Amino acid sequence: MRHQRPNVLLTIATWVLVIIFIFPVFWTILNGFKSEFDATANPPKFLFSPDLAGYELVAQRGMLAYLWNSVVASIGSTVVVMLLSIPAAYALSVREIKQSQNTLFFLISTRFLPVAAGILPLYLILKNLGFLDNVWALAIIYAAINIPLAIWMLRSFFMEIPKEVTEAARIDGAGIIRELVRIVVPITIPGIVAAALICFIFAWNEYFIATLVTGATAKTTPPFLASFVDGRGFFLAVLSSAATLAALPVVVVGWLAQKHLVRGLSLGAIK
Amino acid sequence: MRQRKAPWLGAAAALFTAALVSASCGGGTDTAEEAETTTTETAATPVTITVATVNNGQMKDMEQLTAEYEAQNPGVDVVFQIMEEGDLRSSVTADIASGAGQYDVVTIGSYEVPQWAANGWLTDLTPYVGTPEYDVDDIIKPVRDALSYEGQLYAVPFYGESSILMYNKEIIEAAGLTVPNKPTWQEVAEIAKKVKSDKVNGICMRGKPGWGESFAVLTTMVQTFGGNWYDMDWKAGVNSPEFTQAITFYKDLLETAGPKDPLSYSFNECLNGMKNGDFAMWYDATSLAGLLESDDSPVKGKMGYVYAPVVKTKNSGWLWAWSLAIPKTTKNVDAAADFITWATSKEYHQLVGETLDWNRVPPGSRTSTFENPNYKEAAAAYAPITLEVMSSVNPNQPGVNPQPWVGIQYVSIPEFQDVGNQVAQLVADAVAGRITVKEALDKGQEIAQKAGDAQK
Amino acid sequence: MPAFSARLWFSRDLREVRLFLQKAKSTTKKTADKAKLKGLLYPAVIFVIILTQLPFLLTIVFSSINWNLLKPADRQFVGLENYATVFSSGDLIPALIATITMTTMAVVSSLLLGLLFALLLDRKFKGRALARTLIITPFLVMPAAAALSWKFSMFDTNIGAVNYFAGLLGLPEPAWITDYPMVSIVIVLAWQFTPFMMLILLAGLQSQDQEVLEAAAVDGSSTWKTFQLITMPHLRVYFEIAILLGTIILLQVFDPIAILTKGTGGTKTLSYLLYERAFIGLNVGEAAAYGVIVVVITIVLATLALRTLFSVFTRGVRA
Repeated sequence: MRHQRPNVLLTIATWVLVIIFIFPVFWTILNGFKSEFDATANPPKFLFSPDLAGYELVAQRGMLAYLWNSVVASIGSTVVVMLLSIPAAYALSVREIKQSQNTLFFLISTRFLPVAAGILPLYLILKNLGFLDNVWALAIIYAAINIPLAIWMLRSFFMEIPKEVTEAARIDGAGIIRELVRIVVPITIPGIVAAALICFIFAWNEYFIATLVTGATAKTTPPFLASFVDGRGFFLAVLSSAATLAALPVVVVGWLAQKHLVRGLSLGAIK
Repeated sequence: MRQRKAPWLGAAAALFTAALVSASCGGGTDTAEEAETTTTETAATPVTITVATVNNGQMKDMEQLTAEYEAQNPGVDVVFQIMEEGDLRSSVTADIASGAGQYDVVTIGSYEVPQWAANGWLTDLTPYVGTPEYDVDDIIKPVRDALSYEGQLYAVPFYGESSILMYNKEIIEAAGLTVPNKPTWQEVAEIAKKVKSDKVNGICMRGKPGWGESFAVLTTMVQTFGGNWYDMDWKAGVNSPEFTQAITFYKDLLETAGPKDPLSYSFNECLNGMKNGDFAMWYDATSLAGLLESDDSPVKGKMGYVYAPVVKTKNSGWLWAWSLAIPKTTKNVDAAADFITWATSKEYHQLVGETLDWNRVPPGSRTSTFENPNYKEAAAAYAPITLEVMSSVNPNQPGVNPQPWVGIQYVSIPEFQDVGNQVAQLVADAVAGRITVKEALDKGQEIAQKAGDAQK
Repeated sequence: MPAFSARLWFSRDLREVRLFLQKAKSTTKKTADKAKLKGLLYPAVIFVIILTQLPFLLTIVFSSINWNLLKPADRQFVGLENYATVFSSGDLIPALIATITMTTMAVVSSLLLGLLFALLLDRKFKGRALARTLIITPFLVMPAAAALSWKFSMFDTNIGAVNYFAGLLGLPEPAWITDYPMVSIVIVLAWQFTPFMMLILLAGLQSQDQEVLEAAAVDGSSTWKTFQLITMPHLRVYFEIAILLGTIILLQVFDPIAILTKGTGGTKTLSYLLYERAFIGLNVGEAAAYGVIVVVITIVLATLALRTLFSVFTRGVRA
């Protein structure tokens, strides 16, 4: 705590900035409860009678199925990402192997190819393997895309572990696996949670690949949201309703993760 | 000293492997299981028809009413894959070009139909539409022509549109003006400038760059000013005097009396604007009328509808149809054909009118709909002019000079999506004042000529 | 295992023998350790290789073919012709400039805003947890939905909130998309990525050593000096990671461009240009050639940047 007494002005300023910053989110949520005509009114309406037509339409279209696919693809890919990335990041940081710079560079270079260039080849490969419209295939693809990010993030967090801690463990005779599982992971839980959350969010909101590679059975939430865009009509309210619903699971996950993020990110606690 | 692996690592690995194995066995679409083709008589074998389509009003209604069809045809399950228009184009094109066969019915426009039919991608529908109940001649002729290739019909329309000029009667009359039934562009510009005020803009027109967005409007303008994309020898005319005149006129009109942020404005934005009474006039698709005349519209009854403005031609409405086609890769041809003929039949129109709203009957596809007394009453404000306009457009020669393709606001060549898009972006930069109109059109000429050369 | 040594056989010094055996054992352990570490690393790397390099190889193959999706009959091998088209089309350089401009502006603005919010939300105050969760929300919304929302409910000159409030405050009401396309997109991107930057920087702020900070306060150091001399150096690694990852992700960004400006006004980045070539031009070969060129350019730039600027990449484990 840097200040002895709470600085009220600073707190107020903080809240003002926060409210201004998230106004667009608040506005979208509000629009989800308006009728289409109210959502597109000039001047913008802050007072209006609520209209749940948007939410009804979303429910009618069967949002649950798409949410479930998103859950499978996002959680599935995040689990795979963490299972593969934690050991890998460990091998590139705490006990760094020789090739680590080249490996790290290679991993991040897999993100250099723009999606639009790689997506048709990907589509054709999946088609020939019979994996189109398969939510697990989507999860695997998301995992491959997010692993480089996770490894880079986790590596930075792992490198923050004080050397004394790992040395002490080594002197005690801990082997690699034990060191990883019993020491490194518990200490960096906040970092792991942060990386997992970010990977989950990217998988949840991914749109381009999901649209092209899935069909009736595996379609996730982002293409579902896009399907509300109407080229010849009103859609702002229903889209806002759908977007609000689509963000709720992520907010829940974020809220749960937040508890780990706030507490003990400070590694000074271990000393 | 033996290292013991953490037990949870092993469990996770086993779980993951199991999931992978089960996924590769059980994943995938249903079409693998329903590989049998059925005829419509034996409704015993279950069939799933996957329809890829856009999210517009008529399709939303069709999705709702499909329950009726399924009730009449037990064993047939119709699954709608609703997508945003751009995504639909990408998905369906990728699917058809690679032969992936995910869809039994696809929604494509009059631009794609002749080209895809030429590529051999679509099923010839002529055998399926020959029945007297279907009455294929009832489909408005220009629309029917647009969906045919070498005399055979390859798609059936569920939505057709042309373009008209609409105006807010209150605003126009309050300014002491009138809008003639067959206005010229110059007259329209006059009215727009006179009626413009702090609160109201003169006219809303599309400015969002795109071959089907700003250039749907612009191509018709260019044609009625006497220009065109290509002449009979496939020589591009993008920087011709007439084309330049049309673009300059368009730019001036937008600057003096158009929307404040033209490059972000397309159909939807103008729709919002008209509904809010922010614009006095609007030149766009005929379907806008149905939207603004719906029961809860704040401007119901306040709109007037006249012909698309002209200069040198007799009429300048465009022609677009969303239609249902059957890819050759489908395994359920008969079932799919049965569905799409139902969805575009007279009885379907009747069903929409009776169950939902006569205003929501799919516009612009069948002449008989316009003669239906219920429809005539509900759509009295705009039905007559819609029918007049749609029947009188000439996709063979919409402009002053003959052209080597069939189509009004687009050129029916595969390169046009790209060419139209690039030229639209150049014109957009000109409208924003970043480059001159001449620079834009000269560059556009190069791009268009490359495509023109490929046709010779 | 050290190589067979003749000396061993002739040495009568047992201590030497014992030393030799100890060294052998620890080298064995080191080798075994190395193998184990590789075993921890390889699954991830092999997984990524298979899933990303196969499509990339196919992309390279496609770049040598003339293939327009709508003209399947004309498909044929053309060698480097697509690359020639890419370089002579005149679209590559403007796209590169657009990409660099947009990415730089978005990264810098989201980083600064992220730092501001990280600092503000680092201190304890009432409802801090709620404020933190709220700040994350722009990052949680689907990017395409956020872009649509900004386009219609914020930037629209008639129904949008931005010009409405600007009008109330007497500020100018610009035509956002027509007159300020790049700024509009950067605003949306910065808005979406500020939470991302904030999360990383907040982690950095929270991992500061409290004892050091308190010692500085006791010594009479002002807030600004403490920030300058203690906090900022500590945050350097976090800044680097935030900038690096943020840049990598923002390079690929696509939705706001497609929804707001459609690539006009100098906003056609490499990512959007590629999309146009692939899905509107329907020219698979040309798009693939663009893809390969973009990868090469990015590798060159990334190598330069990483080896010179980013200590997080060049340094090893904290010695």
